[in-house]
Amino acid sequence: MAAKQKVRVKINGQEREAEVEPRLLLVHFIREVLSLTGTHIGCDTSHCGACTVMLDGKTVKSCTMFAVQADGCEILTIEGLIQDGKLHPLQEGFKEEHGLQCGYCTPGMILSSLALLKRNPNPSEDEIRHGISGNLCRCTGYQNIVKAVQYAAAKMAQGGQR
Amino acid sequence: MIHKTSPEIGGMGHSIKRKEDLRFVQGKGNYVDDVHLPGMVYGHIVRSPYAHARIKKINIEPAMKVPGVLAVITGEDLAKAGLSWMPTLFHDKQMVLATGKVLFQAQEVAFVIAEDRYVAADAAELVEVDYEPLPVLVDPHHALDPDAPILREDREEKTNHIFHWEVGDQKATEKAIKGAAAKAEVHAFFQRCHPSPLETCGCVADFNRATGKLTVYLTSQAPHAHRTVFALVGGLPEQNIRIISPDIGGGFGNKVPVYPGYVCTVVASLQLGRPVKWIETRSENLQSTGFARDYHMTAELAADKNGKIQALRVKTLADHGAFNAAAQPSKFPAGLFSICTGSYEMPTAFCEVDGVYTNKAPGGIAYRCSFRVTEAAYLIERAMDVLAGELKMDPAELRRRNFIPADKFPYQSPLGWSYDSGNYEAAMKLALDKIGYAELRKEQEEKRKKGELMGIGISSFTEIVGAGPSHTFDILGIKMFDSCEIRIHPTGKAIARMGTKSQGQGHETTYAQIVAQELGIPASDVAIEEGDTDTAPYGLGTYASRSTPTSGAATAIAARKIRDKARKIAAFLLEVSEEDLVWEPGKFSVKGAPGKSKTIQEIAFAAYTNFPPGLEAGLEAVDYYDPPNLTFPFGTYICVVDIDKGTGEVKVRRFVAVDDCGNIINPMIVDGQIHGGLTEGLAIAFMQEISYDEIGNVQGGNFMDYLIPTAVETPNWETDKTCTPSPHHPFGAKGVGESPNVGSPAAFVNAVVDALSHLGVKHIDMPIAPWKVWNILKEKGVVG
Repeated sequence: MAAKQKVRVKINGQEREAEVEPRLLLVHFIREVLSLTGTHIGCDTSHCGACTVMLDGKTVKSCTMFAVQADGCEILTIEGLIQDGKLHPLQEGFKEEHGLQCGYCTPGMILSSLALLKRNPNPSEDEIRHGISGNLCRCTGYQNIVKAVQYAAAKMAQGGQR
Repeated sequence: MIHKTSPEIGGMGHSIKRKEDLRFVQGKGNYVDDVHLPGMVYGHIVRSPYAHARIKKINIEPAMKVPGVLAVITGEDLAKAGLSWMPTLFHDKQMVLATGKVLFQAQEVAFVIAEDRYVAADAAELVEVDYEPLPVLVDPHHALDPDAPILREDREEKTNHIFHWEVGDQKATEKAIKGAAAKAEVHAFFQRCHPSPLETCGCVADFNRATGKLTVYLTSQAPHAHRTVFALVGGLPEQNIRIISPDIGGGFGNKVPVYPGYVCTVVASLQLGRPVKWIETRSENLQSTGFARDYHMTAELAADKNGKIQALRVKTLADHGAFNAAAQPSKFPAGLFSICTGSYEMPTAFCEVDGVYTNKAPGGIAYRCSFRVTEAAYLIERAMDVLAGELKMDPAELRRRNFIPADKFPYQSPLGWSYDSGNYEAAMKLALDKIGYAELRKEQEEKRKKGELMGIGISSFTEIVGAGPSHTFDILGIKMFDSCEIRIHPTGKAIARMGTKSQGQGHETTYAQIVAQELGIPASDVAIEEGDTDTAPYGLGTYASRSTPTSGAATAIAARKIRDKARKIAAFLLEVSEEDLVWEPGKFSVKGAPGKSKTIQEIAFAAYTNFPPGLEAGLEAVDYYDPPNLTFPFGTYICVVDIDKGTGEVKVRRFVAVDDCGNIINPMIVDGQIHGGLTEGLAIAFMQEISYDEIGNVQGGNFMDYLIPTAVETPNWETDKTCTPSPHHPFGAKGVGESPNVGSPAAFVNAVVDALSHLGVKHIDMPIAPWKVWNILKEKGVVG
């Protein structure tokens, strides 16, 4: 076993650090070391996107990165989206438009949608479908997820960016 | 008609937003892998690389030397405790950890427990297993050959044949087929699929040595049944077993069986006295847990010259893999496959199924399907299209001529089912109108002249869900009733618990709406809890679209029991006789004096503070509902496809789904279920297959090879409804979650075959990948 290394991140606005094995996956670091279990694991091959988080403003599949590679980075997970007890427009949109069923893909799906809306605040349906194509959902058939993203886009356009 | 409550009450028919979503959108769900207990350790399974091999020796020493490893359990260890084999849910047994030999690739061979999940995985690599490869049986058609290896040495019967099952009138069917003016025959393979919910299977077992209590957090669609299995197999007293099925990340039938990993985890916790967690990887999930389908089917359909069906004969070879681990009612070796006469009236039919063993993962589970209904619906709907081709008749017209007429329900099918209600022609008409069928046929004709490939596929399916009446339906002897217990609190709020378990279907919302409908207590005031066997009443769980037909019914009946008691209390409070009261959701009023009334909340308070002499305090009820029959949802799906001649790629241009599931609790949730099921149907039709090479290597063992549609391949679904209530269900509902998965594969395949029918194509087996279509186009000379 290789010597442990210190990893320091700013996650959901909080500074956190821990000594971890160099081989520890970022997703396990987030879930098990930092106890933020909203980020899920659905496959072994980086296909499903359940583990999607934002790292320095870009989405990554946290099962394909080592925690040590995230040292010094800023991370946003699903737990960081709510502000002052108020849901983010995307969280609201998924609820309002029935964009989730079992909820397992939802955190990753919301973060990919957030990245999309940051790049493209007014996406077409086709752009939304491509924007979330790295995230698999087994329950919804995506149709209401598209509506949820459209709901959030409209709301964010009205109410200022988040 | 169901009385519509106000939006504030939110009873049936309201698209109220889901209560469970608030935690899920914040990442605050609690799935099995989120359970973290003090002192918890981790298990990892050593699996066989061979499909069939003798185990000569297992050396655990190198693994035991890894720092942090606590134990390595083998089949021989389990054998000492009588646990190396366990019963399957269907008259067979299955190895927990292999002893003697392995029978499929990825079979469980040893279980490593360590302080850390990475260490457990490391050590599993170091367990040395000496295998001697044996001849492999992959093709079920050769399972009964004289020179086929006998796979199951443990059985007295030295054959790979598991069962023969038949139903119907063989002689009358043969006679009708022989003399028929028109015949259609289709050989259809419904490929091996896997439900593959986004969350894999897993558990945390926590045995407390001080109290003797075992708590298991389990990805379970049937927690009560699993508790009883654990008690019967493990010998633990049932009151000392608590199964908690937390939030489940999709099930689709995958989480009905008891898997070896669960048993190993429990054994490890008993042995170590510590909580043990075991979570499958995706590959383990796809390679070893319950597959579905794998039916090699032949249908012969006979008709007179006008297209009126005279008989149906079905012969099927069922590949069950190494163990018959089908999760289905015990009297039905082929599940409810005998629904294969579908939506059509016919004088006679005959259906036979033979099950065999092969060197593949065990199973035969009901993947978003009420026990083999998907196979049945696919077969009859494919055969109808082939028959239409033989008769040169429009497939919609052929269906119309053969539908069971709306006035003939309840309808007794030739294979023994009593269909509760239906109006098939109305559903098809709505679908045809919605999609503009006549115009599409014209467009197709014009496109063909230009050499373009376009197809229209129809599927007018009938489902059979809600198992089931206790005289016929049981699993391991436990009758397939289901339950609900409702408690009304003094302040008029309520909690209700059921024997079912949601895996994303939205039970916390829909069951609350049933209570709201029946009692007038706002749905937002009703908490729903499922999945904890220490608190919820006993039930058989959620699969086969049975929650609304069984626990939903129990919820209504329990609420009505409460209403009966509330009437007594209201009469006491209003100083009138019970007969003088009228009920509207939320209150009892005195006849002729509408101002004189008591709300359900006032009555609830009185139930604890001011109840009539001689009446028990409190306001609670429980109901164990034994349905008198199954429910028979139905619908018509129409799919339009365009085919790219250059690549063979099929694009779904439009898909109209008209469903009839009787009275609807929450239209938004029903639509969501339809969207999801259609997407799984799309995946089955075009992408998904667990296949094996000639030496039994799994070819679909990860998401690189087993394809799940993304948002890009998935079309927009157009949904609509007709409403034909179930006459026997307390509020006229039928199940719905599986209809889209049952009905849609035939619509997709019929559309593709229709696009190629002028070239002489009558059938293509799923999954219809572009290369298959391209090969056909090449063979037919359409492309060079």
